[in-house]
Amino acid sequence: MNLLFALMIVGPLAASAGALLVRERGALRDVITMVGLGTAAAASWVMFGIVARDGTQTVRVGGWDPELGIVLVADRFAALVLPIALAIIFVVEIFAIGQRRTAWGANPELSGPLLGVLTAGVSLAFLTGDLFTLFVAFELILVSSYVLLTHQGQRAQVRSGMSYVVMNLLASTLFLFGLAYVYAATGTVNMALLTERMGDLSDGVRIGIGAWFFVVFGTKAAVFPLFSWLPDSYPTAPTTITAVFAGLLTKVGIYAMIRFHTLMGLDELGGAMLIIAGVTMVIGAIGALAQSNVKRILSFHIISQIGYMLMGLGLFTAAGTAGAILFLVHHMPVKTVLFLVGGLIENEQGTGRLDRSGGMASRRPIIAALFAVPALSLAGLPPFSGFIAKFSVISAGIEARATPIVFLALFAGLLTLMSMTKIWLGVFWGSPPVDVDGDEPPGNRKTMLAATGLAVLGTLTISLFAGALFDLSVEAAEELRSVSAYRDAVLR
Amino acid sequence: MSVALLFAIAGLTAVGIYLITSRNLSRIILGFVLLGHAAVLGLVTAGGPPGEAPIAGASDQPIANPLPQALALTAIVISFGLTLFMLALAGRQQTLSGSDLVEDDLEDRRLAARAERAAALADLAEQAEERDEQHEEST
Repeated sequence: MNLLFALMIVGPLAASAGALLVRERGALRDVITMVGLGTAAAASWVMFGIVARDGTQTVRVGGWDPELGIVLVADRFAALVLPIALAIIFVVEIFAIGQRRTAWGANPELSGPLLGVLTAGVSLAFLTGDLFTLFVAFELILVSSYVLLTHQGQRAQVRSGMSYVVMNLLASTLFLFGLAYVYAATGTVNMALLTERMGDLSDGVRIGIGAWFFVVFGTKAAVFPLFSWLPDSYPTAPTTITAVFAGLLTKVGIYAMIRFHTLMGLDELGGAMLIIAGVTMVIGAIGALAQSNVKRILSFHIISQIGYMLMGLGLFTAAGTAGAILFLVHHMPVKTVLFLVGGLIENEQGTGRLDRSGGMASRRPIIAALFAVPALSLAGLPPFSGFIAKFSVISAGIEARATPIVFLALFAGLLTLMSMTKIWLGVFWGSPPVDVDGDEPPGNRKTMLAATGLAVLGTLTISLFAGALFDLSVEAAEELRSVSAYRDAVLR
Repeated sequence: MSVALLFAIAGLTAVGIYLITSRNLSRIILGFVLLGHAAVLGLVTAGGPPGEAPIAGASDQPIANPLPQALALTAIVISFGLTLFMLALAGRQQTLSGSDLVEDDLEDRRLAARAERAAALADLAEQAEERDEQHEEST
């Protein structure tokens, strides 16, 4: 068991250190990175199997007591989300290798090793059992993302990198203050111990801590009104980097929120969460409609979709939490694929601007098909995974009699469909722009298409096994809500 | 808890927040350094009453709580690295644009300008319509 945890957290870190050492030698560097990311992904799938069979697995790092040391916990929630996250990073690294000879490719000497650091951070954030390690994991993710975003040093990247770094650093500082409050109030930062001790606090302190961490995780997850850094910075990064960010970073924030607020039983915040969720959905979708660049439209959709996950959490019912988890599982691959297709579009026609593109459906039918599947899924049309995810969140809302938020969710779904249509009309239909030249587009297109195709296949698989995934989400949600299962597994 | 520490935290936070509202990246960095100090002081304060250095068997007096100190050390190392990165970013911005000011998002400005243009055009059309109506009335 120790080995599996190490392969997911230390493995990618070691691989990225090794890849940095031989960064001049392209093939060897790529092999080391791929092996590190691949074994981490494989380990997470094995972990998924073990947790599904035997229940929650824990590791006390260094053998310390949970009161003092770090505990890593793989419960059903973590074991369900982590394999998908690590598989995404692996596929994106394949795409990155195909794309690197183009103007949109990331700098290969740095992007591979940094993806390794990011992977370690994501694994640690999903597996950690205490709040301070969660803070360290966030920093690991953010530091590598700062560098990934700005490492090419172009003006737009440095400009948007500044607001990205400042916003996220502010959230990290608030996180640190929050840790001090939690420690002062309870004398521990271990989440299992906190579930016991938070109950003894007065309501004011308990809800205050919950609200404080809602702001911290909300900034990372880009909920209204803390989202402005996201559509500003994501589109400027190289495609593969944006794809990983879009698929994982905000989702780590919402994951931490689901875990913390559900385990601590902060139902009192539910009303505020639902209001913010509704505004986030609609503002994100309306923002997307106003944009005229493929990547910017997709970036605003991240915000809108975060609203759905927050809605599932804010209901504070078993069905709502299950819906949020299923939405998370559906959203990560779909969003990544859409950004990869955005990268293919940029590669083919040299720009992502809608007014300078067109006619792609007849020239590149494969790309059109690769776009159509995840786009329809994002808009929530059956039979794709988005439909099932939205259905489970919305039916949980109806069950909880939260009518206004249900209507807002349906309305935002309509707006999503409209802006997906906007991309479709702009890029795939109509006539090609006049200045399009007959040159073969740069980059290794076969690798890029294969990676995107693989990812689309992944999202289709999720649609196919949606029933089983829904059951798994329900189990994970029930385990999370019956706090004692988590507490007993960590403290026994 | 010492009142002096409390005032130190409050003062550092206030100055830090004042500094990060600036557009000047070097001021923002200084602001984050101060905010980081405030948070670390907060962690140390959260550890409870002061005491002897927490070394096993070194003293029979009550010892200070070592756990928040370990957390604080980790936080200091992280903020040290981030400060360096932000300084590098400010240096890059200085090379690219001649100052280290945080700039507006160009695409946002373009969209805003488009909306303003559309509004101006609508105004013009309205005025022209009114003129036509007046013209018709007068004839």
